[in-house]
This record gives sequence, structure tokens and C-alpha cells, in this order.
Amino acid sequence: MKILVCLSHVPDTTSKINFNPTYEEFDSTGVQFVINPNDEFGLTKAIFLKEKFGGSVTVLNVGDISTEPTLRKALAIGADDAIRVNHIPKDSYNVACQIAEVVKQNNYDVIICGRESIDYNSGLVPGMLAELLNIPFINSCIGFEPEGSNANLIREIDGGEETLSSTMPLVIGGQKGLVNENDLKIPNMRGIMTARSKPLKILDAIDVNSKTTSISFNKTEKKAACKFIDADKVEELIDLLHNEAKVI
Amino acid sequence: MSVLVFTETWNGKFKKSSYEAVSYASRLAQLLNTSTTALVIGCDNCEDDLEKYGANKIISTNAKYNNHAFASIIEEITKEENPSCIVISQTVNGKSILPLLAIKTNASVISNAVELPSSTSPFIVKKKVFSNKAFENIQCNGDLKLISIIPNSIGIKENPQSAEIQKKDVFNNSENYKTQSLNIDKAAGKVSLADAEIVVSAGRGLKGPENWKMIEDLADILGAATACSKPVSDVGWRPHSEHVGQTGIAISSDLYIAIGISGAIQHLAGVSSSKVMVAINIDPEAPFFKAADYGIIGDAFDIIPKLNQALKKFKS
Repeated sequence: MKILVCLSHVPDTTSKINFNPTYEEFDSTGVQFVINPNDEFGLTKAIFLKEKFGGSVTVLNVGDISTEPTLRKALAIGADDAIRVNHIPKDSYNVACQIAEVVKQNNYDVIICGRESIDYNSGLVPGMLAELLNIPFINSCIGFEPEGSNANLIREIDGGEETLSSTMPLVIGGQKGLVNENDLKIPNMRGIMTARSKPLKILDAIDVNSKTTSISFNKTEKKAACKFIDADKVEELIDLLHNEAKVI
Repeated sequence: MSVLVFTETWNGKFKKSSYEAVSYASRLAQLLNTSTTALVIGCDNCEDDLEKYGANKIISTNAKYNNHAFASIIEEITKEENPSCIVISQTVNGKSILPLLAIKTNASVISNAVELPSSTSPFIVKKKVFSNKAFENIQCNGDLKLISIIPNSIGIKENPQSAEIQKKDVFNNSENYKTQSLNIDKAAGKVSLADAEIVVSAGRGLKGPENWKMIEDLADILGAATACSKPVSDVGWRPHSEHVGQTGIAISSDLYIAIGISGAIQHLAGVSSSKVMVAINIDPEAPFFKAADYGIIGDAFDIIPKLNQALKKFKS
């Protein structure tokens, strides 16, 4: 089974988010970057699939040279080879087109993405990629078991789950649940050593327009300080929620 | 060049998020000096409901849900109606349809939108980024704009209109698609987290799954959905579908009540766009108190039964 895992290189969850003085660009000074949490589940799933069915796991990122540590980390976790499309992403469409181009040159059985990245949160790349390739797209996927040229899948829906069957190849928007959180693979020393010699191919980007332009950012406004209510006076809380906040 | 809005149904009825989407579309249409057309798939003669929120024309058809099939139906209607904007609510199904539709219609898409456009020429909309830590203003470069709004972020506003209803035959059969639904397993009769105005959530502070009765009672009294923190779903005290936070479900409720949840940054990332947050925690240093609007320091096992009693009295 030939698997492609698309990885986003994102600020660590605990990062303080800052922008340049004109608020036009994200300021990455002092920010620690990690593999996007939703993608981590997909990467471990891919390694499990390879252990079971054989084949290969390729990881891909669309980014400049600064994202290579993220790809090396994925190689250390167990991916076989990595591709970096040398490009600074403009928008989701732009990124999806770059990935689609790579997929067209290689026949992957399954392409696993995270359902969204925790930086720009658009959640568009996986579905756009599937549509560009004219193959099925299963989002919020929490179960994937191949069976011949088909696959059985589970996706999360409001308050429940849906079981589906699909042909392969397909694109998955993965998330927590695709594998158990305590099964998530982390790099070990041997993995880190072998990752150095695993292939990391750098591809030129194709020329694609972007459909949207980022104009500026705002930070979320700081909320007023918390109003404390005495534990013996729950009626006061009800009164505040009713008369002040007007939410009950 | 109308505004087209896709409205989602469940069991023959509109989801609440659909009314919000129509009301957003109608306000957008006013800004653009045009009319609102609503597309309905799968409602049992409930189309009229949409007039109240500003639909001028309603196109109604039937098909079984499949993200590819629904994207194709919306694409067909887009070709017929030639709208300048398409509005969709960012529900679970909305998110599965949106990117497919964006490619099919060659639209400029803005997801995670939280406001009406701040300018219509150029067309700029504010969206949420960095898991609730910031907003980004995005400009659409193309003629056709596709906007998906975060449920419960804009609100429902009535704007009664009388609409012409146009019924269409099913022109698109979900059976023909490469993906087939085999089974849907959904808790019946519960308030859905994504749609909920009030969410009552609890964490490890509750000490065990047997103590959730008082949380469920509180949710019942308030007509709220129940949720939980990540550690609680990880150890299996509550189902994964209740986990709110960065790797779980992101919510945007009017009122979020966090009981025995310390307020890790990953948890806050999924809930902090709620309008009002209440934290109840025994630890005065719990980070949630920094994010909350109202806080009670104390033992949940004392406070919640008292709160439930007082709320019952208040409600009657």
C-alpha cells in the first residue's frame, strides 16, 4: 500500500501568537513549530497500515526550508521518504494544487491529511485536493480499514458516527480517533539516526494563482477579569447570567 | 447575481444553523443590493420556515446525503442561478461539502467566517485563525465568493419575506457515488453540541463517570448539551463525541459552563469563542479563571446540586 501523508508545520499549541507591527504577517520569532496535531494521528495510522499491509509511507509538506525539521521528525517517527514542495503557501487552493501535482506523478492508494491545521484553521486543503484529483473525500475520519481496492471508514458526525465504504484511492481528513492517542508514535534514538539518511526530495512549485489574499490580522480582544461569586451564593450567578450576561 | 444559501436538514427538519445561514445570506444580500435564494435538500414541506429569515426564493429538492452528491447539486443550482456569493454553515457536513464545491465552482472561499464582509468592494471578510487566538481579514480575488460561517457566531435575525418555492426533481442520485453510507449511529434526543446555545462541560475534577448525573441534570434544566475535557474522553468516562477542545470539537456557544476543568490552553482553544464562560473549580489557581467571565471557587460536589436546585426555582 502506497500512502501519502500531508503534514502542516504549525506553531506549537502553547505558542503566543504575535504579528509584525503592521499586523500584516505572522511573527514567528521565538515560536516552536510542530507537526499539526490532526496530522500526527494520520502519520501514525499510515505507519500501522504499512506494518500490516506492507508498502511505503511518504510525507509531504508545502513550505520553505524552515519546515524541513518537521519532515525529518516524521521520518524519525517512521516515514520512508519525504517531499518538500518549495513554496510559501498563499492560500488553501494554492497548496491543494501543489499537492495534487505531486499525487498525479505518483499513484498513492490513500492520501491522509489532518482535517484542519491549527494555525489557519481553514480545513479546505484535503477536500480541495480530493476534488482536484476527482477521488472520494472522507472528512473528520476516525476509522479507516482497507479491504482490497475498497475501504471501510468511520467519520464523526454531530453527536455520533457514520460508517461508510469507499473505493480507493481516496483522501482522508483525519483527526484524533484515527488511532488512539496513547498509540501515537514518537521518534526514538534509532529513528532519529536513520532519519538523517532517508531521502528528502525538494520539488519546484508549479505556478498557480491564489484565490484569496490575506489583508491583515487582529488579536482576540482580552476579556475583562473574571467576576468571582461566593460558593454559597449560587443565586447570584443565576442573577448575573440572567440580568447581566443575558444568556439564560 | 443573488446570494445563494445552502440550508442543511436533519430528519426532514432544518438545523438551527440553517436559519442562521439564511439570515446571514439575507443581510449580505442587503449589502449587495440583491435577493436571497435558499437551496433546501431533504425537507418535509418545511420550506416556508425560511421566509421568516429573509429568503426571497426557495429551491427545494431531495437527495440522500453524500458530500460529493450535495456539492454537485449546489454546483448545478449555482450554474442556474448565477449568484455572486454562496453561503454555507460550517457544520460537520458543511465542512465536507465546502472544499469540493469551491473547486467545482472555481470560487474564492473563506471558511471560519465570523462577520458580514467589512467591505464588499474589495470583498473582505473576517475569519477566525490560530485556534481562537486571532482573526484574519481575507480578500476574495474571484467573482464568485463562497463563505462558510461558524455556527452560532453570527446569530439569527428575522427578516420576514414572502418567497416563491420551486420544487425540483432529484437530478442527482447519491447511489452513483464512490462513497456509500452504511450506517449512522447517533444518540437520539440529545441537544447536539454543534448547535447548542448552552454547553455544560465537566473534567477530571468530577473524579469518575458515576458522578455525571448532576452534570446531566444541569444540562437538562438549561436545555444544554453536555461536553467534556480531553482527559475525560481519553479514559473513557465520556464518549469521544463529547470532547471539546483543540483536537476535539470546537464550539461557539452563548454560554459555556466548565466544571472541574483546569483550562489547559488546548481546551480553551476549542471553547473560548463562546460568548460567556463560567468556571467552577476547587483550585483558585486554575487557568480557566483567567479566561472565564464568571467564576466560583469551590467543590463541584457542593455547588452543582445547589445550583441545580436554584436554577429549577428560577426556571419555574
